[in-house]
Amino acid sequence: MEQNQAQSPSPPLDTRFDRLNSDWYFDKLAQVLMFIGGISVIVFIIGIFVFVSIEGFGFLAGKFEFSEFFFSPDWRPTSQTKETYGLLALMAGTASVTGFAMLVAVPFSLGAAIYIAEFSSGKKREFLKVTIELLAAIPSVVWGFIGLTIMNPLIIQIFHVPVGLNILNAGIILGLMAAPIMTSIAEDALKAVPDRYREAAEAMGATRWQMIYKVILPAAKNGLLGAILLGVGRGFGETMAVLMATGHSINLPTSVFDSVRALTATIAAELGETAVGSDHYQALFAIGIFLFAVTFVINLVADLIVRGVRKG
Amino acid sequence: MGGTSTRALAIATQKLNLWYGTFQALFDIDLNIGQGIITSMIGPSGCGKSTFLRSVNRINERLGYVRITGSVDVMGEDIYQQGVELVQVRKQVGMVFQRPNPLPISIRDNVLFSHRLHTSDKCSKARLDEIVEDALQQVLLWDVVKDKLQHKATSLSLEQQQKLCIARLLPVKPAVLLMDEPCSALDPKGTEAVEELIWELRGKYSILIVTHNMAQARRASDECVFMLMGKVIEHTDTGDMFVTPRNQETADYIEGRYG
Ligand SMILES: Nc1ncnc2c1ncn2[C@@H]1O[C@H](COP(=O)(O)OP(=O)(O)OP(=O)(O)O)[C@@H](O)[C@H]1O
Ligand SMILES: [Mg+2]
Repeated sequence: MEQNQAQSPSPPLDTRFDRLNSDWYFDKLAQVLMFIGGISVIVFIIGIFVFVSIEGFGFLAGKFEFSEFFFSPDWRPTSQTKETYGLLALMAGTASVTGFAMLVAVPFSLGAAIYIAEFSSGKKREFLKVTIELLAAIPSVVWGFIGLTIMNPLIIQIFHVPVGLNILNAGIILGLMAAPIMTSIAEDALKAVPDRYREAAEAMGATRWQMIYKVILPAAKNGLLGAILLGVGRGFGETMAVLMATGHSINLPTSVFDSVRALTATIAAELGETAVGSDHYQALFAIGIFLFAVTFVINLVADLIVRGVRKG
Repeated sequence: MGGTSTRALAIATQKLNLWYGTFQALFDIDLNIGQGIITSMIGPSGCGKSTFLRSVNRINERLGYVRITGSVDVMGEDIYQQGVELVQVRKQVGMVFQRPNPLPISIRDNVLFSHRLHTSDKCSKARLDEIVEDALQQVLLWDVVKDKLQHKATSLSLEQQQKLCIARLLPVKPAVLLMDEPCSALDPKGTEAVEELIWELRGKYSILIVTHNMAQARRASDECVFMLMGKVIEHTDTGDMFVTPRNQETADYIEGRYG
């Protein structure tokens, strides 16, 4: 540069700027591809939503009755005498399994996250993080299989109950399934707490534990709440494992040993057997809309909370 | 080495060596810091000032790869002796960091944090209020924050945060206050205010303050320690050091010939 200027005091503009060369086209092409990629995700999501809505709309406009849909425990779409479409038992199934799953997952994942973030370092920490991520990648059908073949006989044996496919079984399975991702996010939240807070607390004589529960946990509480909510969202949407481990029978549960049926599992199990466009078919899509709305709200809230953390 | 030898000692080290892993940061430090006075510590970047300070409150041990030989006595007790309680050491030796680091809780809870750690029995609310007011009065912050004690400490200005970081050490009555460049994150006005405060605390606490600011060392300390490459080069009355330094290196540094 300096040499150039020394030779001619006002050098002409770099030629690269006034001609479109291959770099420029490549740049544009990449830009367009990125845009298509990005926009198509949005288009697909909207497309799916529209599709589900259209299919479910027939039901909402026809057989749908608000009080029956939300407050009747009878889901009898194939009844010969009178079909009923009540979600209460299914919602109770989903809620009880998800709730129980959180009882399992929250202490597990918070404990693991605290251990990884605050008590381990170096190789051990990396190893634990990779392991957790591997656990998160286990397909849900494998978890369902574990519920069927291992948990089921175990529960029958330990608690002397006739069936081991119930809330307890599915709750534990779902809890273990949700724990890895919750651990990951909770650990991120803990790591996001600046180290100078730890230093400050320790320099004043706080022990590790005092530091954790007086400083780190309160500072990370939004991120931790977000992690829990994402776990709840995961529980709500999970299908295969709950289909296999709940017993899949319609019940308003009164104990953890009752078999239940989940909203998602109902769609998965029945959709293949219904005539396209029938009331039953459309009712299943209406459940889909409901699930969509609930998970959307949960994820949105979780996202907002976690974002709140980032901003400070 | 130097200093006023008749004075009772707040900190006394013998042959203190310190390694970060295999890197030796302190070499045979023999240093006697008197009680009730302000001692400043100067020296070029990387000479081990922070390292020395951090080993007096044993906060270096957080790192896990720090090794020490020699001894450090605080108020006559060897703090590296076996059986010494870390919690007690840190109660007795308060530390103020370069970047103000109030905890992300309320101002009031910040002031009471240390107190709550070190006092097992419950105090009445009136007693706690008294403690908070007293500590904040001492750092000249009470009038500014008395109406917003429940606000988050992190919402204060940097100067106020740093004062709060000093205030929260006081309720447990530490013997020694270590300050690692407490003004370096502050503007000139904030610096002046905090300096003034440190001067106010003189006599009540033994204060060891690291600074890069020659003028600050000169006007705000009784004695001065000059360090270079992990060693103590000179330790005398501040006045003497700046007027008639005994070492060529000290003279060079004071005249700004080091970084
Ligand atoms: N955590 C650490 N791990 C390894 N080496 C360190 C660590 N902290 C400091 N050191 C090294 O120890 C030496 C002394 O560092 P120290 O921070 O005590 O210097 P300082 O005098 O406080 O410098 P400054 O004026 O820049 O704050 C430096 O060479 C530094 O690189
Ligand atoms: Mg330093």
